[in-house]
Amino acid sequence: MRFVDEYRRARPVKRLEREIRRAADRLGRKVRFMEICGGHTTAIHRFGIPSLLPDQIELLSGPGCPVCVTPTTYIDRALSLACDASCTLTTFGDLYRVPGSDGALEDASARGADVRVVYSPRDALKFALSDPQKVVTFLAVGFETTAPAVAATVLEASAQGIENFRIMSGHKTMPRALRALVEAPQVALDGFILPGHVSTIIGPEPYGFLPQEFGMACCVSGFEPTDILRSILALTLQVVKREFCVQNEYRRAVRKEGNAVAREQMSRVFEPCDSQWRGLGLIPNSGLDVKSEWRAYSVDPPDPTLPSEKHEDCRCEQLLRGLARPTDCPLFGTVCTPDSAVGPCMVSSEGSCAAFYKYGAGGIES
Amino acid sequence: MCLAVPVRLISIEGSVGKVELSGTVMEVGLQLLEEAAIGDYVLVHAGFAIQKVDQREAEETLRFLNEVFDVMGKRDEVR
Ligand code: SF4
Repeated sequence: MRFVDEYRRARPVKRLEREIRRAADRLGRKVRFMEICGGHTTAIHRFGIPSLLPDQIELLSGPGCPVCVTPTTYIDRALSLACDASCTLTTFGDLYRVPGSDGALEDASARGADVRVVYSPRDALKFALSDPQKVVTFLAVGFETTAPAVAATVLEASAQGIENFRIMSGHKTMPRALRALVEAPQVALDGFILPGHVSTIIGPEPYGFLPQEFGMACCVSGFEPTDILRSILALTLQVVKREFCVQNEYRRAVRKEGNAVAREQMSRVFEPCDSQWRGLGLIPNSGLDVKSEWRAYSVDPPDPTLPSEKHEDCRCEQLLRGLARPTDCPLFGTVCTPDSAVGPCMVSSEGSCAAFYKYGAGGIES
Repeated sequence: MCLAVPVRLISIEGSVGKVELSGTVMEVGLQLLEEAAIGDYVLVHAGFAIQKVDQREAEETLRFLNEVFDVMGKRDEVR
C-alpha cells in the first residue's frame, strides 16, 4: 500500500479527496458511476482511486475496453485469414492474445501463421509497402479514437497506390452503446465518467441525451489521478444538486467541437453499420463499415447478427454491462490470470479483470 | 496504445512528424490535425497526433505530474 500512502500526500489529491467527501455527505444515499474507457479503468486501479473514495461512491467498469467488446466471431474470422499463406495479419498487441473459439492469434502465429503486432496502422502499411507479394491485413478495432487513424491510413494507402493493404473493420462507436446500456433495465447507474480520447474526437455534445433523457450525471475526464478525482467530484455535485449535464473536465484535450478533421477522415472512409458487442449484443448503427468506394482496401468482417461465444464460466459479458465485478467470477485469479487468460477482460491491459489482478484495490504496490 | 501525456513535435516532414518521449524518437501521422508546427504539444494515439494541446496546459500537466511523483519519488513506475 506504500504507493497510495505516498501519493495521498500530494496536495492536489488531498484537497480533492476532502471535497469529494464533503459533497458525498450531502448525497444521502449510495451512487454508482461507470467508467467506459479502458484507459480510465487502468488509471483508476493503478492509482487506487476506489480506496480514496467515501463509501457512498461506487465505481463500475463498463464496455470501454475495445478489445473486450470485440466478439469471438471477429477473432475467428481473423484466425481463418491467418491460415492463408499469402496473408500477413497485423494487429494491436491486446488483440493478439484474446481467445477465439479455437485458440488466439498468438497460437496461430506459433503454428507458423504470419501475424505481427503493431503499434499503429501506419506500421501495417509499411509492411505492405515493403512486401508487395503479401496481402497485409490490419485488424481494425477500437472506438472513435482509433477509427480516424485507420481511415487516414486507408487514404494514405490509396494516395500512395499501395494495393496490397486491407483492413477488417471491427470499429465501434460509443454513444449508441451507451444508449443501449442505459435502456437496459438491469443496471442502476447515477452517472458516467466519459472517455477522454473518444471525446477528443467527437466532443462532449453526442452524450447530451444521457443527462437530458436519462438524468445521468456526466463528465468527460482526463487520465491523471487528479483528472479522475475532479470528474468524480463533478458527478457527485451534479447528483447532489440534481442538475445533470455533460461537464468537460478534460478541456486541455477535448474541445467543444471535438476534432472535425479527424471526423471528416473517418466519415470519408467509414459509414455506420450494425455491430455485435460482447456483453451488449447487437446494437444498430453502433459500428463502422468501410464505404463501398474503399472496398478494395477492406476484408468483410463477420456477420454482426452472429452472437459472441464464450467460455461458460467467464463473466466478461456481465462485467462489460456493469452487472458484475472481476472478483465475482469463479475463475478470477485461479484458472484465469494474465498469463493464462480465459476471457478478453483478463487479456487486454485495459480490461477490468487485468486491472483488478494487477493492482488489487490499493494501487500500484498493493 | 494511447499516450495520455502530451508530447512535443520536434520535426515535421509532409504529413509525418517526430516526437520525443523519454529519449525515444517516434514518428506520428499528422493527417488528423488541421495544422501543426514544430514545438506544438500533441496527444498521440495509435501513431497519429489526435489533438493539439495548449502549451500552458500541457506544461501545467507535466508540472503537476512532477509535483505528485516527486512526493512519491516513483515517477518511473507510472509511465
Ligand atoms: S476473470 Fe477471466 S474468466 Fe473471469 S470474467 Fe474475467 S476474463 Fe472472464
